[in-house]
Amino acid sequence: METQADISREIAELRGSGGPQPRLDYPPYRSSVLRHPTKDLTLVDPEGVELWAPCFSSRDVAADEADLTIQRAGEPLGERMVVTGRVVDGQGRPVRRQLVEIWQANASGRYWHQRDQHPAPLDPNFVGAGRCLTDDNGVYRFQTIKPGPYPWRNHLNAWRPAHIHFSLFGTDFTQRLVTQMYFPGDPLFDLDPIYQSITDQKARDLLLATYDHELTTPEYSLGYRWDIVLGGTHRTPTEEEGQP
Amino acid sequence: MTHAPGQTVGPFFHLGLPYEGDNELVPPGRPDAIRLHGRVLDGNGDGVPDAVIEVWQADPAGAVPQVGGSIRRDGWTFTGWGRAQTDPDGHYWFTTLEPPVFFAITVFARGLTDRLFTRAYVPSGHLDTLLERLPPERRATLITTREQRGLRFDIRLQGEGETVFLTFPGQAA
Repeated sequence: METQADISREIAELRGSGGPQPRLDYPPYRSSVLRHPTKDLTLVDPEGVELWAPCFSSRDVAADEADLTIQRAGEPLGERMVVTGRVVDGQGRPVRRQLVEIWQANASGRYWHQRDQHPAPLDPNFVGAGRCLTDDNGVYRFQTIKPGPYPWRNHLNAWRPAHIHFSLFGTDFTQRLVTQMYFPGDPLFDLDPIYQSITDQKARDLLLATYDHELTTPEYSLGYRWDIVLGGTHRTPTEEEGQP
Repeated sequence: MTHAPGQTVGPFFHLGLPYEGDNELVPPGRPDAIRLHGRVLDGNGDGVPDAVIEVWQADPAGAVPQVGGSIRRDGWTFTGWGRAQTDPDGHYWFTTLEPPVFFAITVFARGLTDRLFTRAYVPSGHLDTLLERLPPERRATLITTREQRGLRFDIRLQGEGETVFLTFPGQAA
């Protein structure tokens, strides 16, 4: 099996080679080798349904789904934290009343998932999935615990930096985004071929939350802020006002 | 550039993304329901067992739904949006209604560093501006095959018959 040194060499060779989005063709992430398109993406103007995003409503998401610490009978283990931020489009406009979904490992770095065989303990009080709708200012907020880093089998001694998976919708279909939020100062960043598949440092930095003491609750929970900018909208103001 | 970059959904998305009824835009027993289905295939032609497909579409009259209810479906409201995970063979399926032109499709998978967009066209013989631009063999990857009870749409991530994936203005590749 390849070592971290082998993977780190490949990561170094590809650093800065891509744009602000991850490289689809990124061999250091071994599972990508047979799963990336080899032909260029075809540029097209969005049409019809692509100019709109699906709607979600309070019917879809209960308010308590944003608290990942109350889903089971007891308190989960780990460092209790809040993560909150604004979702805006490329013009800085808030993405209102839109769905945000998250999933994550527990404090020991173990997922509530059959496929995760990492011999770290499952926490009977932490499942690790949540949903919310943004408010009228585009703000989302989750109460959770800080996930742990965990090993995977990309290469020998491969470890993922701690992260929370985020799924986001905008006001247009074309703004759909699934990504991962990371914590500042993680020593695993340089070693991780998933994080490094975004080869541009400034773009990678956009996935870092910042610690915010204003969000920290005395004697209860630490606070992190992570604002998310989606792409611009392709709709004209007229289209936005009326129904299609 | 300040747009947040994407990252793979990874192997554990089953924890956060699927939900009951996610791939049933209409109840399967409804007389006008069709099945939209196919396989997601990798560069070796093997099924991808850990992919997520999302569909976003107009209703049969061409209207774009702008109503909630995709997560807690009531069996009556057509929201136009659904999500399906592939099975161990890489097969996915939706129960839905047939739109007039195309389904907008988003593809996620472990090993896929970012989401991919494509279109699944209803077979009609009509060529719109996108289909017209594509060479015939590439065009064919976007056109569904009509079956007795629905439409088939295979998604080839790589290699022979690789599906045409799309990018939109303002999205840096």
